[in-house]
Amino acid sequence: MEHPDWLWRTPEPKKSYDVVIVGAGGHGLATAYYLARNHGITNVAVLEKGWLAGGNMARNTTIIRSNYLWDESAGIYEHSLKLWEGLREDLEYDFLFSQRGVLNLAHTLQDVREGMRRVNANRLNGIDGEWLTPDEVAKVCPIVNTSPDVRYPVLGGTWQPRAGIAKHDYVAWAFARKADRYGVDLIQGCEVTGFITDGNRVTGVETNRGPIHAGRIGLAAAGHTSVLASTLGIRLPLQSHPLQALVSELLEPVHPTVVMSNHVHVYVSQAHKGELVMGAGIDSYNSYGQRGSVHVIEQQMAAALELFPVFAHAHLIRTWGGIVDVTPDASPIIGRTPVENLFVNCGWGTGGFKATPGVGWVFAHTLAHGEPHELNEPFTLERFTTGALIDEHGAAAVAH
Amino acid sequence: MRLAQGGEIDRTRPLTFTLDGVEYTGFDGDTLASAMLANGIVQVAPSLYRQRPRGIFSAGVEEPNALVQVGAEPSLQATTVRLRAGLVARTLSGVGRLTPEPEQHRYDKRFTHTDILVIGAGPSGRMAARTAAAGGARVILVGAGLPELSDPSGNVESRGPLGGIGDELAATQLRVLTGATAFGYYDSNYVLVAHKQTLWHIRARRVILATGAHEQPIVFENNDRPGIMLAGAVRKYITQYAVLPGRNAVVCTTNDSAYATVAALVQAGARVTVVDSRPIPPDLAPKGVEVISGLVTNTEGRHRITAAAVTTGSTQDRRIECDLLAVSGGWQPAVHLFSQSRGSVRWNGQAFVPDASAQANRVVGAANGTFDTRAALIEAAEAAVEAAAAVGYPVAMPPLPAVQEREITPDNPVWLVPGDPANQFVDLQRDATVADVRRAVGAGMRSPEHVKRYTTIGTGADQGRTSNIPALGVIAEALGTTPGELGTTTFRAPSVPVSFALMAGRDRGKLHDPIRTTPIHSWHVTNGAEFENVGQWKRPWFYPKPGEDMETAVLRECRAARTGVGMQDASTLGKIEVVGPDAGEFLNRMYTNAFKKLAVGSARYGMMCKADGMVFDDGVTMRLADDRYYVTTTTGGAANVLDWFEEWSQTEWPELAVTFTSVTEQWSTIAVVGPRSRAVIGLVAPDLDVSNEAFPFMTFRETTLHNGIPARIARISFSGELAYEVNVSGWYGLAAWEAIHEEGRPYGITPYGTETMHVLRAEKGFPIVGQDTDGTVTPHDLGMSWIVSQRKDFVGKRSLRRPDTARPDRKHLVGLLPVDPGQLLPEGAQMVALDAPTTPPVPMEGHVTSSYRSAALERTFALALIRNGRNRIGETLRAPLGDRVIEAIVTEPVFYDKEGARRDG
Amino acid sequence: MLLISCPWCGEREETEFHYGGQAFVSYPADPESLTDEEWAQYVFFRDNPKGDFAERWVHSAGCRRWFNTVRNTVTSEFLS
Repeated sequence: MEHPDWLWRTPEPKKSYDVVIVGAGGHGLATAYYLARNHGITNVAVLEKGWLAGGNMARNTTIIRSNYLWDESAGIYEHSLKLWEGLREDLEYDFLFSQRGVLNLAHTLQDVREGMRRVNANRLNGIDGEWLTPDEVAKVCPIVNTSPDVRYPVLGGTWQPRAGIAKHDYVAWAFARKADRYGVDLIQGCEVTGFITDGNRVTGVETNRGPIHAGRIGLAAAGHTSVLASTLGIRLPLQSHPLQALVSELLEPVHPTVVMSNHVHVYVSQAHKGELVMGAGIDSYNSYGQRGSVHVIEQQMAAALELFPVFAHAHLIRTWGGIVDVTPDASPIIGRTPVENLFVNCGWGTGGFKATPGVGWVFAHTLAHGEPHELNEPFTLERFTTGALIDEHGAAAVAH
Repeated sequence: MRLAQGGEIDRTRPLTFTLDGVEYTGFDGDTLASAMLANGIVQVAPSLYRQRPRGIFSAGVEEPNALVQVGAEPSLQATTVRLRAGLVARTLSGVGRLTPEPEQHRYDKRFTHTDILVIGAGPSGRMAARTAAAGGARVILVGAGLPELSDPSGNVESRGPLGGIGDELAATQLRVLTGATAFGYYDSNYVLVAHKQTLWHIRARRVILATGAHEQPIVFENNDRPGIMLAGAVRKYITQYAVLPGRNAVVCTTNDSAYATVAALVQAGARVTVVDSRPIPPDLAPKGVEVISGLVTNTEGRHRITAAAVTTGSTQDRRIECDLLAVSGGWQPAVHLFSQSRGSVRWNGQAFVPDASAQANRVVGAANGTFDTRAALIEAAEAAVEAAAAVGYPVAMPPLPAVQEREITPDNPVWLVPGDPANQFVDLQRDATVADVRRAVGAGMRSPEHVKRYTTIGTGADQGRTSNIPALGVIAEALGTTPGELGTTTFRAPSVPVSFALMAGRDRGKLHDPIRTTPIHSWHVTNGAEFENVGQWKRPWFYPKPGEDMETAVLRECRAARTGVGMQDASTLGKIEVVGPDAGEFLNRMYTNAFKKLAVGSARYGMMCKADGMVFDDGVTMRLADDRYYVTTTTGGAANVLDWFEEWSQTEWPELAVTFTSVTEQWSTIAVVGPRSRAVIGLVAPDLDVSNEAFPFMTFRETTLHNGIPARIARISFSGELAYEVNVSGWYGLAAWEAIHEEGRPYGITPYGTETMHVLRAEKGFPIVGQDTDGTVTPHDLGMSWIVSQRKDFVGKRSLRRPDTARPDRKHLVGLLPVDPGQLLPEGAQMVALDAPTTPPVPMEGHVTSSYRSAALERTFALALIRNGRNRIGETLRAPLGDRVIEAIVTEPVFYDKEGARRDG
Repeated sequence: MLLISCPWCGEREETEFHYGGQAFVSYPADPESLTDEEWAQYVFFRDNPKGDFAERWVHSAGCRRWFNTVRNTVTSEFLS
């Protein structure tokens, strides 16, 4: 894999910007890029307390799909998938986007009902999807154990051919490179510690490198968004939990697609270099520690071997933890806050990576116009008061 | 070449093995790598990307090159594979292969607690374990994986995992796991250890880390040729395995430790030239060995090194012919586990050494950067004394063994020797060079994390043991800073690769999740039931007779229940006894409807919501006594409901005197359903007056069956038919079932499964929580406003009048009748308006939650959640299903016996 | 794997417990008197601090009792 010779500058922060984005993860970088590309706003800084794209962007299992149940989710994720499909050319960077399809397996009759419901909804929303019988599952992914002697036999699955994976780090670098090229300042090692306010209006941020003024501020700092917002007295319905993932050593190609199982709890793909990439379940407790408990990994291994006996001799070579910020309805919050000129993008839980271009697009729109794009309009903070939730918990597939 | 004598191999036990299709012989005690070297093989498979010749580089877990596939096991390091007879190995260019061969081993797990855990069985670890155990504390000593880490000082004998201390400690509580590797260090001193096919989980009150150190390479041009090895590894091959890796050696070092290798080489008969980076090398080499102050800058050779180019400060550059180049760039303490424990590390100018502990642990010896043997042993003993005192088994400082002291010449660390960066390898496994690192820095990267990801340095299965420090050195040089300023990247578990199978243990197949069966299960099996997984339960789904498919069987079962009598094993229903003077008040707060005034002897259907007002569970509750209720829940929801009750009782209303006991397993429940059920119950329970007047609907009676079994029989119906539920002790479940089946025989009693139960209840419009609801459905949405009390509070009530929840046009549970009565709507079908567009996006009105063929209706029907459905009765919707469309008319959800005339028989 | 101290049973493995989220969030005395905003705060909004957090656990595979702890959400160390 050949990377470009030049990626980004390491600028000193200016005293003020039109827009300051807090958090240089995938979402923050994509937002900066689309602010410049779509709205001509280039006097922008992206502030990052650590290293660029070093949070969940560096820690996810890189699955990209749009086969969500509800119209609101389908809208934003499908918009994102469409952007993914042209992103390599747009960003002029090969980040190894591979549309190898995603299989969501069903193991109970209720799984089958839910899978059928989702496939039907996807198709009516213009999203590719089909229902596969166990035999068809075996054709798409021959290493899945479709025999009846597993504890929860495979009864079928949903299949989205356009779904796939991409190399997470390269995606972030691709956005960063283009944003930098537009003149956006990517400032690493710059931690936001508070806000500068004027009445009910934010006018800047306090950082470890001094105050930085801003016309509008967008928070894209995952779970830390709630920590930052709380300094202004804004409560967000977020809980931060560890989410662990793991890789094997490099292996010859054995797994041609992406397989997810809600019931046996597996999601696994094989990366381009050859390592198996797998996600575990969310740890139960709140944490910002980027580490989880090992029994979660052990359960994950048992589940993986239940469905993929051929993985038995593969080796676990690295585990790690991200911090997912989860909302009560497992859908994000993107939009205005009670404080003027302050906007949030958070609560992506386990769904953030696949949404990267889509959320960059709509959050940039929101920051540019001061009001949401039609695709993020439903994802308000107010929905928790009115009850108009977008509940991807109960009905949707495993939310990764 | 195997030496004529020495080593710790068993020359009486030769072992034959096959490598890349060729047969060789080694000895018991060899690793695959040492046996290869003994047979003159140093070269392994070519490198991952550039296909350059590579050789065995180390003698342990740091090995980057010598990866092999052994049978079905991919990517093993030849340096850690113990030789065994008949071993078949294939060298790998960095990529392993998974094969579907059946597993040979059974993997298992053990869990234990200990007072003190000592990790690492080198001199420091052994000293710590021996000292700590002397006072009576429980101690576990985990030996390193085979072979052990190199001992940098080289002057303490490290024969055997215990060095002979086992006997003297036989009486203590010291347990030794030899050949085991600790690979994960988690919160509260929780350590995972791989020990053959067993995964140990050890919780320790104190941990002593004596994990040793890893020798570092020096980065020079063409530093990857076969025949270039770490100096400590060369020494280990000579002393432990009696293998001489080369006859004509150059030893290139920055520190004293390599002189032990020099001595070993000379003693083994090799010719040696030493290249020492220090201006004035110490006088440690045996007589006759040339010692040059300088550095190796380049090498020659194709399949094996043939010469080293040496630059010297004062004299002319040299070219020295050799077949072995032993390199020592200093030692990096093995801080992996300490770092995993959240301990911090600091840069001491040469290496990252442990700084502050975050858990109850201490690092000793080489792992702590203490390379002097005497100092290391003192450190280990002191840590053990401290730990023993802390866990309540104090010991005194032990006498220290006599160790020859000697003067140490300070290291002169060198990361990088000038040369062509494109052929200076930083990570041998990932085939990454100094040029790659410089390119990353040149592209704007400043963080080692970025450089690591850009170059993939340090991400291999060797965990970057020989590449992390050189990489940091190169990055630091490029940025004009120090490795200490940059900081090291994070160490993560596992510190050595462990197989998926070991992590999974036995939790697979039948043991993946418990299988729950009812006491009547054997009867269902004998009588040919097909089963459905519901939660962990196996439930009979339907009972096909010979020649019947599912549809035929279910129609037959339904017909029997509607026209004669059927029976179903309902034992999987969750059952909770709620007891106490405030039991009624408590249930009032939990359920949407009231239970406080329910008469003793009566039963009532109830529904529960979560705080968000969405339906959570439902079921029938009987009042057994003033202070005793018998609550039933859905099969899948039982545990959640018990948790829910206990949470509210303990955390919100501790003043309510009420307790909860799960009795799901204690009771068997048999539903007897249909117009002839009264006759059957009359026969099986002769003491019971089964008349409608004496035993009305939604009451229950305690009685004794004709075979002497005590029973609680209730008149409850989930089908609309006259029906009874016979509850008996689980011990008698099968006997009661057989008795009912026998008495019902004259009436053609028909066992039925969950599918028929679903059809029967759907004909009556009874929803199934979890099938007709999905966490977004209120009782009002189900058309069950009658069950929502207006007179009392209950959990979730306030949510029902939020603006969105109170909308009149929410999705409602309604019926659907396909226009063509023979067409079956698939469950999960999305319904759209008749005039909806045919190309996406198509607005959806809702979805089919349940759909069946009805024997009673002689047609298909369905239940669905439809937007504003109750106000659209009579409207035709269609279900676009790809290649076909099914039209259906919206109806009330009750299809059968709308008047409720059948429940009393 | 956390080691959690149950007030009744002593130190036990995390796998014996279920997490209960933020502590001291009381059920409102009179839910019907709350505005929609106030009710939403009770149902959906919980603190998410980076640092010390008063939270609940239940010893579900042991004595089944609920209890409160204070734990640091960065180090996962229990302070009480």
